[in-house]
Amino acid sequence: MAEKFDVIVVGAGMAGNAAAYTLAKGGLNVLQIERGETPGSKNVQGAILYADAIEKIIPDFRDEAPLERHLIEQRVWVLDDSSYIGTHYRSEAFNQEPYNRYTIIRAHFDQWFNKKAREAGALTICETTVSELLLDGKKVIGVRTDRKGGEIYADAVILADGVNSRLAVKAGFHAEIQPRDVALAVKEIHFLPQETIEARFNIGEEEGVVIEMAGKISAGMMGTGFLYTNKESITLGVGCMLSDFKQQKVTPYALLDRMKSHPSIAPLIAGSEMKEYAAHLIPEGGYNAIPQVWGDGWLIAGDAGQFVNGIHREGSNLAMTTGMLAAQTLVELKQAGKPFTAGNLAKYKRKLDDSFVMKDLKKYRRMPDIFHKNKQFFTTYPELLSKAAQTLIRVDGVDKKTKEKSIKQSFVAARSRLGLIGDAFRFWRAVE
Amino acid sequence: MLKVEEKLFQDRYRVDAGHPHISIRDADLCTHRCSERQCTVCCPAGCYTEEGNGKVVLITDGCLECGTCRIICDEHRNVEWEWPRGGFGILFKFG
Ligand SMILES: Cc1cc2nc3c(=O)[nH]c(=O)nc-3n(C[C@H](O)[C@H](O)[C@H](O)COP(=O)(O)OP(=O)(O)OC[C@H]3O[C@@H](n4cnc5c(N)ncnc54)[C@H](O)[C@@H]3O)c2cc1C
Ligand code: SF4
Ligand code: SF4
Repeated sequence: MAEKFDVIVVGAGMAGNAAAYTLAKGGLNVLQIERGETPGSKNVQGAILYADAIEKIIPDFRDEAPLERHLIEQRVWVLDDSSYIGTHYRSEAFNQEPYNRYTIIRAHFDQWFNKKAREAGALTICETTVSELLLDGKKVIGVRTDRKGGEIYADAVILADGVNSRLAVKAGFHAEIQPRDVALAVKEIHFLPQETIEARFNIGEEEGVVIEMAGKISAGMMGTGFLYTNKESITLGVGCMLSDFKQQKVTPYALLDRMKSHPSIAPLIAGSEMKEYAAHLIPEGGYNAIPQVWGDGWLIAGDAGQFVNGIHREGSNLAMTTGMLAAQTLVELKQAGKPFTAGNLAKYKRKLDDSFVMKDLKKYRRMPDIFHKNKQFFTTYPELLSKAAQTLIRVDGVDKKTKEKSIKQSFVAARSRLGLIGDAFRFWRAVE
Repeated sequence: MLKVEEKLFQDRYRVDAGHPHISIRDADLCTHRCSERQCTVCCPAGCYTEEGNGKVVLITDGCLECGTCRIICDEHRNVEWEWPRGGFGILFKFG
C-alpha cells in the first residue's frame, strides 16, 4: 500500500527547508526527501546569510541558528595582477542589534534549519535520491526514489532540488540549463585561530568582514571572487560563467590558486590550514532565464527556478522566500478546500511578482546580457583603474595636470571615447 | 598547490564502488568529433583526462557533483549524468 502525503518537498537546502517548515506549520502532511547523508552535506555557499528572509520564517533564529560572524565591513576590490583598488565601507550601524547580515557554514546551518522543519512536523528522509516525478498525464502525482519500492504519492510536489534540477528537465517542464546562464564557483575553507582573523581584519569578537572582488582574478571571463570571515576560518572562492570557462583554457582550480597567491590576498590566509575544496553552480541568467515555475501539482522554488540576484550576490534569501511563498500558496489552497491544479497554483506566480524577488530580478534583467557582450568590464577597466591609481599616488616629480592627462589618454586609447560613453550608458540603463 | 588531487584529498566521500553516476555516452565521439574537449578543462575535480591517443577518460571518484560537464557538453550532449545513489558521493563537512 503506497503512502500518500499532502505535499512532497524535494531537497533540504534553503528553499526546501523554508517550504517544509511553512507547510508543517500550516498543518499540512509533508514529506521532505534529501539525497545527502544529512541536510547540507551537498550544499555550497559563500556564505552570507541575509537576516530578513529567515526572520520572516523563524523570527527568533538568532537565538539558536549556527551563525559565524555578523558583518560590519564591506570591501569591494578591483584587482589586476599585482594590485587592488577599491572601497571599504565600515559602520557602527552594522554593529547594532538586530544584525543585518551574517556569515554561515551551510553544512551546519542546513542541519539546524531542517531540525526546525522537523520540529514543526515535517518528515524528512535523507540518503534518498528522487529519480523522477510520477505523472498522470500532465499532473504530478508523486515521486520515484532510489529506495526499494520507492514510489511515494502526494497532492503536490515542490521542487527545491537546486540549480541542477534534473527532475524538472526530465519531466519536460523546461529545457536543460544553458552555459551562458550559469556560473561555476570553486571555493576553499581555510582555518586560522580566531585571534589571528580578528587581528588581520581589524575586527572584534563576532564581527566580520566581506571582500567582493572583480578584475583580473577572473582571467578575462565574466566572473567575480569573494573572501568572507567566519569565526575560525576564512572562505574564499572565484566563479565565472560556464560559457566563458568553456572557451578559456584555464581550469577552475588553477584560477583559484592564482587568486590565493595574489599579493593582496595571500597574506590574509597565510599560515592557514585548508580543510575543504568545493565546487557548485550558481544560476546567473537572471529574470530572462526563469522557467515556468508552477503547473498541475507542482511548484519550483530556489535555485531550481533560477531565483538568484547575481549582481547583489543574493541567492539563499531568494531561495527561502520562494520556498516560503510556494508553501504558503499550498497552505492557503488547502485551507480553502481547493485542489492543487495549475490554475489554482498560479497564485504562486502572483505572490512572486508582489515580492522583492521578482521586482529585483526584473530591475536587473539586462545585466547578464551586458556583461556577456562587454568583457571590457572584466579585462580593460580593472587594469586601467589600477594604472590610474598608480599614476596619481606615486610621487615622482611629474606635475598633477600632466598625470591626469595621461590617465585620460590611457582610457581613451584602450577603449575609445565613444566606447567609454557607450559603456557608461549601458551600465546606467541596466541598473536604472 | 596546482594539483587538484591535493585539494580533493581534504574532501570526504562515500564512493559507490562500481556504480559511476556519470558516463560518456559515445567514447568515439569524444576522440574523433569533439575538437574542444572542454570537459577536460572545466571539470573542477579534474575527473576528465585526455589520454595521449586522443581518448577522453572519465573517473568519477573525485566528482563534486556540480553539473558542469553535462551543461558544457552542449554541442554533442555526450554526457549521461545522474545524481549518485542517496547517501553516496561527496559529503561536504562545511560547504
Ligand atoms: C560559491 C557560492 C557562493 C554563494 N554565496 C552566496 C551568498 O553569500 N549569499 C547568498 O544568499 N547566496 C549565495 N549563493 C547562492 C546560494 O547558495 C543558493 O542560491 C542557495 O543555496 C539555493 O538554495 P536551494 O535550496 O534552492 O538549493 P540548494 O541549497 O542547492 O539545495 C538543493 C537541495 O536539494 C537536494 N537534491 C537535489 N536533487 C535531489 C534529488 N533528485 N533527490 C533528493 N534531493 C535532491 C540537494 O542535495 C540539496 O540539499 C552562493 C552560491 C555559491 C555556489
Ligand atoms: S565535451 Fe563532451 S563530447 Fe567533448 S570530449 Fe567532453 S564529453 Fe566528449
Ligand atoms: S559533475 Fe562537476 S565535478 Fe563531477 S565530473 Fe562533472 S564537472 Fe566534474
